[in-house]
Amino acid sequence: MTGKELAAACGFTLACGSGEREIGGEIYCCDLLSIVMGRAPADGLWVTVMGNLNSIAVAVLTDSACILLAEGMGLDEDAKARGDQQDVTVLKTPLPVYEAARAAAKALGLP
Amino acid sequence: MKGLHYHYQVPGDDFTRAGEASGAIKAALKKLGFSPQVVRKVAIAMYEGEINLVIHGGGGEIDVDIDGEKVTMVLADHGPGIPDIQKAMEEGWSTAPDNVRSLGFGAGMGLPNMKKYSDEMTVESVVGEGTTVTMVVKLV
Repeated sequence: MTGKELAAACGFTLACGSGEREIGGEIYCCDLLSIVMGRAPADGLWVTVMGNLNSIAVAVLTDSACILLAEGMGLDEDAKARGDQQDVTVLKTPLPVYEAARAAAKALGLP
Repeated sequence: MKGLHYHYQVPGDDFTRAGEASGAIKAALKKLGFSPQVVRKVAIAMYEGEINLVIHGGGGEIDVDIDGEKVTMVLADHGPGIPDIQKAMEEGWSTAPDNVRSLGFGAGMGLPNMKKYSDEMTVESVVGEGTTVTMVVKLV
């Protein structure tokens, strides 16, 4: 399932990127970027509230397929520009982290 | 394969540019056809080092050498140095200031992640003079 398809299935909003990349890995939730760097799985969905420029860099370097911003958090302008430039798919939802991850897991068919 | 060399200057305290060098190396390795596992290891190890240069080192320099067997990254700064390297290697130990923590860094995972994602790592540091970290990721 692509980021765009996940957004349609769960009512998330596409905040930047094309949304075309396939989400093929696990779901990972964390906000501290150094922990995310060490543990986020490649090709996965990363759920966080951090929508800054460094989040985009972390997603690129860990090869995350998609960022899901929970709690209604937005991307700042620099992050959106960099995300579009590097085609990092970022989705948004007003849901809290746990509920957002649960909804995504259901849509992705994860246990 | 003939050796390749890349050199980067990393400005201090500029979080908007942090990750540029690691991103460039990641793109170069991908283009050279290295496996996704090697690319990911190098990208993560180098980004953590690059962030350390920005947060702690007041900026610095990164030299990357690639040959047929390994990728070697040398990150050097002229920052305050690390008084207790063993302590700095512990997960969760951090001296990052609050403004850095608010960006999502400062979890005390930088050096531990660098060790985890490289196959060999050495840290040389002199208080008041600076720190040099050398990391090797093997290709085979």
